[in-house]
Amino acid sequence: MKLLYFAWVRQKIGRSDEEMKLPDGVATISELLLMLHARGGGYAEAFAEPWRLRAARNQEHVPFDAIIGGDDEIAFFPPVTGG
Amino acid sequence: MSVRIQRDDFDIGAECDALTGQNRNIGALVTFLGLVRGNDDLIALTLEHYPGMTEREISRHIAAANARWPLLGATVIHRIGRLVPGDRIVFVGVVSSHRKAAFEVGEFLMDYLKTRAPFWKREDRVSGTVWVEAKSSDEDAADRWNAR
Repeated sequence: MKLLYFAWVRQKIGRSDEEMKLPDGVATISELLLMLHARGGGYAEAFAEPWRLRAARNQEHVPFDAIIGGDDEIAFFPPVTGG
Repeated sequence: MSVRIQRDDFDIGAECDALTGQNRNIGALVTFLGLVRGNDDLIALTLEHYPGMTEREISRHIAAANARWPLLGATVIHRIGRLVPGDRIVFVGVVSSHRKAAFEVGEFLMDYLKTRAPFWKREDRVSGTVWVEAKSSDEDAADRWNAR
């Protein structure tokens, strides 16, 4: 799967994207978020406060209980501030 | 229907002409122009976006507007990159036969652009650099379209 990070999430992690194999036991956005948080360092910082984050699956907004698959593009970012 | 995400500035007159074209059924053209507001100690804004999703999200809302109002055309332009106070940042132009639909669609598109289109603003201030926080008042503005 492809992971994308934007705004301060990208800054804290120190990269804008990465490829990853969907780990066993990870079926939802929440579970992915917890797994990434457990990596520590910038990931721990970026995912420390999940309520400050939003997610997209294949370029559509989704809630954290959304199911994810191995070929998905998943993005994590703060609430949007365009316009 | 046109959606453009670009670094360059745009010409409002040219955009209006392109929207109306030769369509004699158009009786109303409503535009919204957003500018970078130079309050406090703002030096510049830097806008980042999610290429692909941004265009999809805005196009989806134009399609939703098209299903709800008698729309004859719409253009949304959003700039990215570094912008300074006074710069044009966003343009929404809507054409319809009558003004009511055009006004409503302009507001509808802006409300959703603010809350759903994946853009993020970083502010360079004299006091330092900060990411702009989303406002709940913007969420409320978008939510009212669901209640109707």
